[in-house]
Amino acid sequence: MTEYKSGSNLEKVLKAGHFAFTGECGPPRGANVEAVRKKAQHLKGCVDAVNVTDNQTAVVRMSSWSACLILKEEGLDPNFQMVCRDRNRLAMQSDILGVSAHGIKNMLCLSGDHQRFGDHPEAKNVYDIDSIQLISMVKKMRDEGKFLNGEQIDVPPKLFIGAACNPFAEPLEFRVYRLAKKIEAGADFIQTQCIYNMDRFREFMKRVVDMGLHEKCYILAGITPLKSVGMARYMATQVPGMEVPEELIKRLKGAGKGKAAEEGIKIAVEQIQELREMEGVAGVHLMAIEWEHRVPEIAKLAGMLPRPKVE
Amino acid sequence: MIVAEAKPIKEILEMIDGFNKILVVGCKGCVTVCNVGGAKEVAILASAIRIAKKKKGKDVEVGEITLERQCDPEYIEELRNIVQNYEAIVSLACGVGPQFISERYPEIRVFPGVNTRFMGGAIEHGVWAERCAGCGQCVIHYFGGMCPIARCSKSLMNGPCGGSNHGKCEVSPEIDCIWDKIVRKMMAQGRLDELLKIRPPKSWLTARDGGPRKMVREELVK
Repeated sequence: MTEYKSGSNLEKVLKAGHFAFTGECGPPRGANVEAVRKKAQHLKGCVDAVNVTDNQTAVVRMSSWSACLILKEEGLDPNFQMVCRDRNRLAMQSDILGVSAHGIKNMLCLSGDHQRFGDHPEAKNVYDIDSIQLISMVKKMRDEGKFLNGEQIDVPPKLFIGAACNPFAEPLEFRVYRLAKKIEAGADFIQTQCIYNMDRFREFMKRVVDMGLHEKCYILAGITPLKSVGMARYMATQVPGMEVPEELIKRLKGAGKGKAAEEGIKIAVEQIQELREMEGVAGVHLMAIEWEHRVPEIAKLAGMLPRPKVE
Repeated sequence: MIVAEAKPIKEILEMIDGFNKILVVGCKGCVTVCNVGGAKEVAILASAIRIAKKKKGKDVEVGEITLERQCDPEYIEELRNIVQNYEAIVSLACGVGPQFISERYPEIRVFPGVNTRFMGGAIEHGVWAERCAGCGQCVIHYFGGMCPIARCSKSLMNGPCGGSNHGKCEVSPEIDCIWDKIVRKMMAQGRLDELLKIRPPKSWLTARDGGPRKMVREELVK
């Protein structure tokens, strides 16, 4: 019998050696349960796990754990995201226990976008601990059954621990080392920032493989399909550490009026197929932002269907 | 030093509306150095108050004095024989000064004339930048002599985050990414191994998070 850390569907798929395919669901700006269920229906059967963002871009939304519970009811394997911006170590540990108590089995540990970007820029920022310290804290809770202060936990949480990595952010030469730190801290899997420059990602993965990091941790490459030329430009200029090669923008433009979205999907599909062959890449994390209904199509075109079932 | 900036004159005038005997108190410490609360600025504010009050047809008396320091009771004591001549005090010291004055002279109304911004220094003439968060447990030697608590927007101990952008912080192009500087400096010094160490969560007990702070040095207490 395989020994699992949490026994989440994502962990089982990865441990069985399948190429994983994960999706994302941004909770609504309200208590709209139906909106979450609708997104869940698009993703069901197409992905192995679904990330649920935690007040992404520092804009208030339904809490990640609560949307995770709705996804779980819909039969999906949620990946609970937690950022360090809004909670101190007390709130973090209690939420970690809380999600585990409700059967959520994946968790992604992030620093979080600074609140100055968001809809409550006047908010006090917390950052009691950082993302790497959060990873070690979850690992300590799970593996040692201890709180951050060293005290014993009565039934430790069982979570498959994830972390993010931006291979394109500066200082570039340090990024692979920071990834190594996250793995040392206890990350079981990594989901990268969205990739557009495949050449640079290939170089990054080469360093990852040279350092043997892919053997210590599952690395899922992040893909966000471009919906329009405007979105590509926004990504290129407004999102820190994101590089969109000019040739991709040209392709979207060249697709003609009303066809950029189709071209964007085509590009994403090609990327997924290429990533599938890339050494060290254990899967793809598809962040189809407010485009959940296109995920089935992308999954099908990329040859990701049907998703494996591991018992 | 403690860096402060002048409050808008409009705000000060609103505070002292209704008071006609006003004492403007400067400080020869940090606020003199950052050109916001020394004798010169006291004179300027006093004149501005006189002009504004006169415009409204008010007969005012505005006194001026600049103390050696406002964070020391012995200098605050110098106001002892003056305060009774006034209805209100506008202090141009950092947030410490007006509190020390109002503790010493509870009968008089005290108003802050400046906004205290941060602990830092002048990086060029007329430009000041934050350097210290006063966390009570200095760790800059782990970070190439730079403080990520005060200077990283997220106070990361294991940075840089994914928002580092061409040496600038994701929060604003006006803010340097201190982790970019830390990494570059330490790598240039051949200290990558130190950067690879995971820095554990910080105890904020010695910071403001542990409650208002007080320091006692027994050997100095009479």
